[in-house]
This record gives sequence, structure tokens and C-alpha cells, in this order.
Amino acid sequence: MTETVNPAEVPQFPSARAARCPFDPPPVLHALQEQGPLAKVRVWDGTTPWLVTRYEEQRALLADPRVSADVTRPGYPRSAPVLSKDGSAISFILMDDPEHARLRRMVQAPFTVRRVETLRPAVQKIVDGLIDDMLAGPNPVDLVEAFALPVPSLVICELLGVPYADHEFFQDNSKILIRRDADPEERAAAFARLVEYLDDLVGRKLDHPGEDLLSRLAERIKAGELTRQEAARMGVLLLVAGHETTANMIALGTLALLEHPDQLDLLRRTDDPKLIAGAVEELLRYLNITHSGRRRVALEDIEIAGQVIRAGDGLILANDIGNRDPEAFPDPDRLDLRRDARRHVAFGFGVHQCLGQPLARMELQVAYGTLYRRVPTLRLATELERIPFKHDGQVYGVYELPVAW
Amino acid sequence: MKIVIDQDRCIASGQCVTAVGEVFDQRDEDGVVVLLDPTPPAELASAVRQAAAVCPALAIRVEE
Repeated sequence: MTETVNPAEVPQFPSARAARCPFDPPPVLHALQEQGPLAKVRVWDGTTPWLVTRYEEQRALLADPRVSADVTRPGYPRSAPVLSKDGSAISFILMDDPEHARLRRMVQAPFTVRRVETLRPAVQKIVDGLIDDMLAGPNPVDLVEAFALPVPSLVICELLGVPYADHEFFQDNSKILIRRDADPEERAAAFARLVEYLDDLVGRKLDHPGEDLLSRLAERIKAGELTRQEAARMGVLLLVAGHETTANMIALGTLALLEHPDQLDLLRRTDDPKLIAGAVEELLRYLNITHSGRRRVALEDIEIAGQVIRAGDGLILANDIGNRDPEAFPDPDRLDLRRDARRHVAFGFGVHQCLGQPLARMELQVAYGTLYRRVPTLRLATELERIPFKHDGQVYGVYELPVAW
Repeated sequence: MKIVIDQDRCIASGQCVTAVGEVFDQRDEDGVVVLLDPTPPAELASAVRQAAAVCPALAIRVEE
């Protein structure tokens, strides 16, 4: 990484990746990390929050009670213009405790390690069925449409109680919602359509409850513990987060492996659950698709790494570059499926760490652990330069991945 | 080795269960950590330290 940053200049965030390094964070982040753990950056609205680039400082600040995730506080560095009409937080990921804990605890039950393990056979069946269909269909095919997107969409639909038949509707609106450059009104409209859709579904669960998570939320509404708007907004969060992130990991992970044939070979030749689980952790670390950073605001003055973060200062914790910190992960820019990467911050850190991580891990273990063994001749059906990357997404990935076998 | 957990801080990430299921479990109703063995045998010590290190809520304290 030869890029240097003039300390007198405040670099823009986010910034572009290097054209020939689609799996690496932008060079400016590497340069800033080399200079120190904290730097000021300029974001879309002209403000200059702190960017935290090193692993230890990121973990320390994300776990610090003097640091707030409350989007309504002055100084909070929003990643895009506000979505709700009244400026309120649209989900518990943008709130502090005790409100955050109250809402999050209502939806934690389906994501315990034990409950997630009970879903593994069903996920294996989904993955095998999609591979059967793919092998029986046209060759080449777009792996995003044929495999990466349907796997997590089918799973989260089943878990939430959302009809998969509506997948085009919610996938299209999710795409708009998480685009970094989408028109604010267009994003707000997509969000409103999703809330309306989930509100309607919650209404149906109130009358005809099932075994799914939306039905559990409907019970909470009846018990007076949750408002219908809170339930619908939680449903949107879980639906969008539940399929967009994992889908991007499956597709981008496959591309990264195709570009690292020795690593792909490890997965092709193994059914060892420990090796596969370790590979998932390393791909999460290396690709870190949540490339827009965790956003926070300081509640008090905080001394860290020789700097003082003032109360009211915004913080962006860039976990993509944190996971490439050489102090935490030796030779960090090398994809090494055998390394112990479990301490990565791809799911964040602190009380807001990803709710669905056990489910995401299991889905990725089944997907990576099956696809390359069943389709050992899988290859890219175009050049890397022609792959459309989601540079404009809140979540990184590929829009399409043409593959052949 | 002695383990102390803080159930109020726990956010049910389940990473302790994945690291060492002999020592940690989760409540069915909300995924909050349950300590199965507060004084685990020496052969589990390194896995327990790993569990404490990856706990995002810093809800596991290990006293050596």
C-alpha cells in the first residue's frame, strides 16, 4: 500500500478501493491506519467525525459505555440522510440501553446456538436443492440469483414467517434501502413500503399466529409490551439484515476463493466441520462486507491512544480495516483459511454485535461446505474486471457472479 | 480457574457456547448465558479464555 495521506488534509470517507484489489479495503484506510489509530475524516454531510482504524481501539470503543449508538444524539455520524419522518431511530441497532436491550431481547431466542443448530438440516436441504436446480439448468449461470440470494432469503422467510413468494418485492426494496448513493426520498419510500408490508404481515399474525418470530412479536403486542410500529420496524431490520449480508458473503466469498485456488482447494477436499468453520471466520475477517463502519457518538470526553475524543464527537469504527490490522492478525492481507480468525470484528463488537451471527455462520458453513465439493469444477465465467462490485452499497459484495462448471 | 458471568450484560451472541459448550449454555427464552461449570477442569482453560476474549459484551470474567 503505497498511498500516503497528507496529515493537513481531511480525507473523504468512504473512499474508493484500488481498482485491482476488490477484496481489500481502500488504500487510504491502510495509510491512515499506519499513521495512527484515529484520524478525522469528512463524510457526506460535510462533518468531520473520527475514523478509528486499529483493531484494539475499535474493540475498546465499541465496548465503552461512554460511547452511544443513539442516532438521535447531536454529533452522531449518520451514514445517509434520515429515513423516518420524525427523525426517530428506526430500529434498536440505533438506540442505547435500556431501550436497545428491551427490544433486542425479544428477538434473541431463535438465534441461540442450539436453536440455530436445529435448523442446519433444513438449510442443508435448501442448499442441496438449489445446487440440484443449478446443475440441471443453464450453464453458465449468475450465482447470485441461482444460489447466494435464495439461500438466506429462504431461511429468513421461514424463521420470520414471511412468504418467500414475495421475495422479489422485499429484495428489490432492500437493495434500494442499502445503497449508499440512493436518493434519500427513494430510500425513505422503499423503507416505508417495507414497513407497510411487515405491518400487514404482523396484523395477520395477530389473527392467525404460527410458530414463527413475527407471531412471537404479535404476542408481545397483545401483551402490551411492544407497539405495532416497533414490531414492523424490527421485522424490516431482520428481513433486510437476514438476507442481504449472508447473500453477499456467499457470492463475494466464492469469488475470493476462485481467485485463491489453493484456498478453494482446501474446502473442495474437506468435510471437516472445524476446518469449514475456521474458513468461514477467515472469510468474514478478510472480506468484512460491512464496509461503511460502525457509527457512534461520544457521551463524555474519552482519552484514547494519546488523543482526546470530546463529548459529542462522532465516531466511525471501520471494522474492515480493523480486521486488516497487522497487530491483531499477522500478514493480514493474506487470505489464509487455516488461521485462527475468530476474534475478528466483522460482526462488530460490544452490545450491538450482530444479532443473527450464529445463523449467518451456520448458513455460510453449509453453503461453503457444500457448493465447492458438489461442483468441483466451478469457475468464473467472465473476467474479474467485468464483475460489478457493490462499491455503492452499505454492504459490499457483487451484483452478479457469472459462473460455469 | 473460576468463571463469573454477568447475565445483565449478556447479549446472547452465543460465542461462548461455540467456544466451549461444556462450560456455557444459553437460556431458551432469550439466549442469555447460563454457566454450567464455574470451575472447569484445566484442559478447558484455553477454550474458556477464548470464550471470554470473544464475548462482545464483556460478560465473562475469568479468575485464574
